Amino acid sequence: MSWIPAPVSRFFHRTSSPPYFYALADRFIPWLTIIFLLLLGAGLYGGLYLAPTDYQQGDSYRIIYIHVPAAWMSLFIYVLMAIMGGIALIWRMKLAEVMLISSAPIGAGFTFVALVTGSLWGKPMWGTWWVWDARLTSELILLFLYLGVISLYGAIEEKRAAARAVSILALVGVVNIPIIHYSVQWWNTLHQGPTVSKMDKPSIHVSMLVPLLLMAVAFKFYYLIAVLQAAKLELLKRETTSQWVKALLEKQA
Amino acid sequence: MPIIRAFWAIIRRDLLLAFRRRAEMANPLFFFVLVVTLFPLAVGAQPNLLRAMAPGVIWVSALLAALLSLDGLFRSDFDDGSLEQMLLSPHALSILVLGKIIAHWLVTGLPLLLIAPLLAVFLGLPEQAMGTLWLTLILATPLLSLIGAIGVALTVGLRRGGMLLSLLVLPLYVPVLIFASGAVDRAASGLPVGAQLNILLAMLLSALVLVPLPTAAALKMSVN
Repeated sequence: MSWIPAPVSRFFHRTSSPPYFYALADRFIPWLTIIFLLLLGAGLYGGLYLAPTDYQQGDSYRIIYIHVPAAWMSLFIYVLMAIMGGIALIWRMKLAEVMLISSAPIGAGFTFVALVTGSLWGKPMWGTWWVWDARLTSELILLFLYLGVISLYGAIEEKRAAARAVSILALVGVVNIPIIHYSVQWWNTLHQGPTVSKMDKPSIHVSMLVPLLLMAVAFKFYYLIAVLQAAKLELLKRETTSQWVKALLEKQA
Repeated sequence: MPIIRAFWAIIRRDLLLAFRRRAEMANPLFFFVLVVTLFPLAVGAQPNLLRAMAPGVIWVSALLAALLSLDGLFRSDFDDGSLEQMLLSPHALSILVLGKIIAHWLVTGLPLLLIAPLLAVFLGLPEQAMGTLWLTLILATPLLSLIGAIGVALTVGLRRGGMLLSLLVLPLYVPVLIFASGAVDRAASGLPVGAQLNILLAMLLSALVLVPLPTAAALKMSVN
């Protein structure tokens, strides 16, 4: 692989060795937690106290500070999973498999949170807990895609084979997500249009936007913490017989 | 043997195997008719209601029939070891897999075309939608076999893969269902359906090209 500079490939090779990664994750998690808590505090303070009340939706709009970042994360994690699936299939990198499978329950969790908060918001705004609206429905289908990944991994005994199966499924899923999204959108839409991504002139005021973006970054850090914890556990489970796990246990005992 | 002859040989072999077990061939068809029959029993026999629901009912039933028939796609070849022979053959597995999917569609998808108009009449679907129903079935039932093949290839090594298969495949069927039943629905009210049919055709063509690759990769994983 001559087109990858040597230091980069060295970094990847070193990071992908389980004991090194384990130690690295241990070192990073406290720092990530501090950053996450700072961002979360700032985002919640800005969103719940500083941001003004919406002239139409009153205070109930404030649920977007959970709902929107969770919905973003639900898509973001699936795309990440597909990328890791590609890496796992092409370079047979064990760490990519571990990260892929550790990400799935977290992504499913974010999808679930987005669905529940959306439903809680829908009750006062639309007068009903659930409508068969395009975005809600495609989010629900995304949840099923996550559950499919999780249960396929659980169903195959041999974990290396399971990881390959899951990588293929994640790649197939990521090709389908836009198709599903646009077909469902074409089918029915009630959800309010995008208000943030209109970059030239967002239809959301800056005092509401800044806390939202802070929360979005905070959620990314939360994902990093959670995925590193889950990956550590998955590595321990996979490598119970290896020398470095024994050494680790002896050190902790 | 050049690849194209291997491709035809696979199709011929699978069709021959299917015709030797004719009773099994009819099963998806009976299932399709049965599920459609359940709907009037469950929701009531008001003609207006049934007419409004007809495109959706026919398409959901077709989808379930396709899902049930999927398990047979690689199962017997996996059990008797011919799948391993295909993996060992010098030809690209994806092409052979495409042959198997086409044969599977000819056996399980095509018969739905014959019975669907009859069911449409039972449910009171307007006659002007009949042509569209046929067209959507021709375009979309191969899509069901193609997309389903990925799921079957992933689960064929498992002893109880049935429920898992539906969890993997049904979400991916959503666009097919939306465009196919949407087209029939619009045709029933006399609206143009060109857009839906074109999208279905586009999905079919891209699936024909793309699906064999992950399916072959998944089969390699399942056999090892």
